[in-house]
Amino acid sequence: MTTTGLFLLAILALGFLITFQIAKASEYVSVLKGEKKSFEQNNKINGFLMVVFLVLGLIGVWYCNKALYPKTLMPHPSASDHGENIDTMLKITLLITGIVFLLTQILLFWFAYKYQYSEKRRAFYYPHNNKLEVLWTTVPAITLCLLVGFGLYYWFKITGEAPSNAMQVEITGRQFGWIYRYPGKDNTFGKKYFRMIDEAEGNLLGMLWKDSTMDTPNGVQSLKADATGYDDIIQTTAMYLVVDKPVKLIINSRDVIHDVGLPHFRMKMDAVPGTPTTMWFTPKYTTKKMKEITGNPNFEYEIACDQMCGNGHYSMKGLIKVVDEQEYKFWLASQKPAYTPAVTAAPAPAAQPAHADTTAKDHAGAIVPKGVLAAKR
Amino acid sequence: MSHGHAEVITTHEVHHDEHGAHHHHQSFITKYVFSQDHKIIAKQFLITGMIWAIIGGLMSVLFRLQLGYPDQTFPWLEDILGNWAKGGKITPENYYALVTMHGTILVFFVLTGGLSGTFANFLIPLQCGARDMASPMMNMLSYWFFFGGSIVMLSSLFIQTGPFSGGWTAYPPLSALGDASPGSKTGMDLWITAMAMFVVSSLLGGLNYVSTVLNLRTKGMSMTRLPLTIWALFFTAVLGILSFPVLLSGFILLLFDRHGGTSFYLSDIYIAATNQALPNEGGSAILFQHLFWFLGHPEVYIILLPAMGMASEILSVNSRKPIFGYMAMVGSLFAITILAFLVWAHHMFVTGLNPFLGSVFVLLTLLIAVPSAIKVFNWLTTIWKANIKFTPGMLFALGFVSLFISGGLTGIFLGNSTLDIHLHDTYFVIAHFHIVMGVSAFFGMFAGIYHWFPKMYGRYMNNTLAYIHFWVTLIGAYLIFWPMHYEGLAGMPRRYLDYSNWSSFNMFGDLNKFISTVAMIVFAIQLLFVFNFFYSIWKGRKVTTLNPWGATTLEWTTPIHPGHGNWEGEIPEVHRWAYDYSKDGRDFIPQTEPIGPNESKH
Repeated sequence: MTTTGLFLLAILALGFLITFQIAKASEYVSVLKGEKKSFEQNNKINGFLMVVFLVLGLIGVWYCNKALYPKTLMPHPSASDHGENIDTMLKITLLITGIVFLLTQILLFWFAYKYQYSEKRRAFYYPHNNKLEVLWTTVPAITLCLLVGFGLYYWFKITGEAPSNAMQVEITGRQFGWIYRYPGKDNTFGKKYFRMIDEAEGNLLGMLWKDSTMDTPNGVQSLKADATGYDDIIQTTAMYLVVDKPVKLIINSRDVIHDVGLPHFRMKMDAVPGTPTTMWFTPKYTTKKMKEITGNPNFEYEIACDQMCGNGHYSMKGLIKVVDEQEYKFWLASQKPAYTPAVTAAPAPAAQPAHADTTAKDHAGAIVPKGVLAAKR
Repeated sequence: MSHGHAEVITTHEVHHDEHGAHHHHQSFITKYVFSQDHKIIAKQFLITGMIWAIIGGLMSVLFRLQLGYPDQTFPWLEDILGNWAKGGKITPENYYALVTMHGTILVFFVLTGGLSGTFANFLIPLQCGARDMASPMMNMLSYWFFFGGSIVMLSSLFIQTGPFSGGWTAYPPLSALGDASPGSKTGMDLWITAMAMFVVSSLLGGLNYVSTVLNLRTKGMSMTRLPLTIWALFFTAVLGILSFPVLLSGFILLLFDRHGGTSFYLSDIYIAATNQALPNEGGSAILFQHLFWFLGHPEVYIILLPAMGMASEILSVNSRKPIFGYMAMVGSLFAITILAFLVWAHHMFVTGLNPFLGSVFVLLTLLIAVPSAIKVFNWLTTIWKANIKFTPGMLFALGFVSLFISGGLTGIFLGNSTLDIHLHDTYFVIAHFHIVMGVSAFFGMFAGIYHWFPKMYGRYMNNTLAYIHFWVTLIGAYLIFWPMHYEGLAGMPRRYLDYSNWSSFNMFGDLNKFISTVAMIVFAIQLLFVFNFFYSIWKGRKVTTLNPWGATTLEWTTPIHPGHGNWEGEIPEVHRWAYDYSKDGRDFIPQTEPIGPNESKH
């Protein structure tokens, strides 16, 4: 251990020792002074500290808000329509809980101070009062109904069906990055099957690009190639969305549970292997506009994985570019479909943010999944 | 009813011969190690829990070091942690192992085993008026299963592939697939084994607590005369008995998926690390979450109810006032117990759960705020016009109420599915549950330890150290967790070990440093408490009166050092409820005193 470490430990131990000696001495003093007197003194000190804590605490709450509020997402408008509803709900809840918080904490510490022990006073024998108890059952119940009402109104709005003009983008999580898929010119996603995933051949999602027959635990399966998938655009750099146009995300996972977290849009949905989920929203500001709004020239809409997914969880970042219609068309035109007839010749888009070494193993040759072998037995 | 009492008396008399006035000789092993005395078992749970709390707390100090100083290296970390901190920096794998173990240890081994294990064992027989638990043998087994589980859990820290590192909630597929995370290899098997033993321990204990409360109350101790501690511990045990088996079943299915080739939770999985598509099809990863949270949510109340019960009792004793609205307090405990089983899916609003089903869970979740509000207002009325003695126990009970309010109110945010979309799995959640079930349950536990220490060891803990402990911990807890709400409002995800590469979350670097520093100070102060505890066992000021706090309940009618069997001679009979403080001009009237002819009614 380094000398600074030892030094710090020594200081800590010394601090402990001194505190302990003072504590022990104070016990002797209290014995000398008489238990009653020392109790009264201690009680006064603690009673006083109660009100000090209350005052300093309230100042602290105010100061903390002043220092940290600008760093949250709240000073700027939400970047999606749903997010606006969520922000309104947040304000309603904050107002109601804020009042209750102030009221109860002030009463608690004020009572503790005010009704501290005094020899002259006797506590008031007050075992119950039905009226009061009914009062503080019904008032919270009514208030909560209000919160539930608002909450569910927004909840159903947010989780309801996406508008029919919504564009569709598929996003698939994997350890530790995101894969985006656009349906291409035919506006239809091609079929896929997870056993067809072959990173070496650039088939990141297991698209049914060719006919194949395979042994699965459910028997031999013949899979027909799906031509609607030939024009699908699959890439890993960024998801492009059009401002003011609703988008419906179809969310998948290739391995473990991930979560598409979009803090600026206030949206979030898990990516669950085997169970596709969806969410929709309408982006309100382009990335460029958001740079102005936030005053941050480097602003980007980041996709944060919000569900523990393994050791690279903290680095599982995705990117959303919100652009206007014109730019989107330009970008789309520059994208090539992932399918090329001679897929073997295509370079694998090796875009793995963390642990890039995993792709190295992909060239080990024809790997037969263990499970398929097991099923043959 | 009278028949029941007759039976109780016979049992007491049988016990009386064995354990009453004349003690039979016991070896050190049977008295202190494989003891069947509920008081010794309680102390075993407490001390094991304290050791776990130090380990779990130290883990949080280590990962807070990484969070506060992500860009620095600490060579001394490698000295103490070896491969876990190669080059003085905790590796991601071990960061996640630390986080996972911190959660598992604190939630289960400290705040469940250590908290209800200690106080249910200690207080139920003493406050109900029983010689011991209904089955002392099962009670002993309960501790030793807990101990065994502890050893297995601890051992997982020392294996090659490391302990489980997929978060304390252990969601599959991550927890099912060793290829997806090294911690999900042998570490996870040990984790499941340890947890299974823990569940067995919890069931053996819980069944005992319930049967003791229902069957072994002394003469006159009707259910409505029980102190609130016992009611709380009783409901805690009921919660545990009904929900832990569901957790165990979830774990067993997970074990089958891991080693039996089944597909309960697994479907459509391709592992890039091995370039393999797994054979599993048709499973649902979400099923595990339902099974987990069916325990997981009641677990919150398993942790919280004992703290509520003890805080109620301690507030009343030191206010020299009856607890306000005793029946409402029991009723709200009951309501919380029922609702605890009906809200689990509020942890799953963003898993793709049917939105309508989600809305039902919103309603049921926010309903819990009603009994919680009743409790808070009743506590406030209890200290209104009181005559408060700030004993260390009382300070922690007051701190408990403050923290319960703060953490409870943020639950109203998270229980509302609309807000949960934004706040789910952010630091807002971390702040919420650390305040409401972490720190506040610890405050309940500390209150209990300071209050009943004289009964446990016949000595007092040092007051000055206790006051320092209280104030630093209260202030520190708020300094650590209050600002985290703001990080959550910025959408900052939990379980990241480094935020510096994220333009959305990298503005909290200074705050994280501050939080880490405070966390270390608070941890050091807890060591002071541990020192005070052990020092006082042997060197503390001696208790000279039977009833140092002037309390009405039965435990203070036992000798200063009660033997196995608790009372010498007959178990006292109870004539009144536990809260006759400052009644008819008297400071307090013990439960054992018959109702006087001129006494006023309440």
